[in-house]
Amino acid sequence: MEHAHKEHPKYMRIFVILIILTIAEVGVVYLPFPTVVTALLLIGMACSKAAYVALYFMHLKFEQKTLTAIVLTPFVLCVFLVFMLLPDLMAGDRHTGMTASTSHTVETSH
Amino acid sequence: MEETTTLDHSADVYEPSLTPDSLGKLGMWLFLISDAMSFGALLAAYGAIRASAAEWAPPSEVLGIYLTAGMTFLLICSSVTMVKALEAIQNGNQSRMCACLGLTILGGVIFLGLQAYEWTHLITHGLTFTTLPHEISGSTLFGPTFYTITGFHGAHVTGGVIYLTVILIQGLRGTYTAAYNHKVEILGLYWHFVDLVWIMVFTFVYLL
Repeated sequence: MEHAHKEHPKYMRIFVILIILTIAEVGVVYLPFPTVVTALLLIGMACSKAAYVALYFMHLKFEQKTLTAIVLTPFVLCVFLVFMLLPDLMAGDRHTGMTASTSHTVETSH
Repeated sequence: MEETTTLDHSADVYEPSLTPDSLGKLGMWLFLISDAMSFGALLAAYGAIRASAAEWAPPSEVLGIYLTAGMTFLLICSSVTMVKALEAIQNGNQSRMCACLGLTILGGVIFLGLQAYEWTHLITHGLTFTTLPHEISGSTLFGPTFYTITGFHGAHVTGGVIYLTVILIQGLRGTYTAAYNHKVEILGLYWHFVDLVWIMVFTFVYLL
């Protein structure tokens, strides 16, 4: 058990993966993909980078699975948060009263 | 009779199941979870503001992507030196741990220096809390969202550099050994989280 704890994963491999993903992210921005494809690729790569950092550098992969469940809670809540904000965003798309009142507030504050 | 009292006594004693090591680690994880919620809320608010704005300046035209890609590289490097510091002390190598912690602090300080340079550059070019550069059109909410999110992250890096320095000083005094090093691991959790958040900020604020 004590010995197993001292066996560290190959950090340099994770480092190389993170650097390659960072270069790929910057590259994707300049490629002529449709905006949705670029956005999905960028979010996908950012989440994989975050997962590599959490799993290997923060050793989440080697902890008890309960900790992973605890750690995933805020991300589930963040997804809820985005869905709660969606009606506001869709109102913005349709240029309804919501956006009008928002822009009015911005104008008066200047 | 004697045996009964012993049994009663043992039933009264509550043995804490969290050891100092695991309690500290769990505490840091819980703090990081709540901190992740703060960053999640900031990024979600940024997304909502941007999506409901009539016009939003493309970040790649206002911000310098190559400089911040370099800052991402720097934070990833400092994460590696942090994890190498933990590996060193778990193998009982105190001087190697201190050298790695020193490099991690250096990475954090250079990151802060680059962020100060970036902010100064942007402010002198017209991106302030209330204005956009003259040649760029779009919502003036670009500035406040940008400075709030990167500033909140920069505050975390500053805190991390102080935290790293405290642990380094303790390390130089010989506090940590192969048997006693959970505080180095807990420090690592915080520092890697700051790196993880920057990965998200870099994607959502600079690239998208």
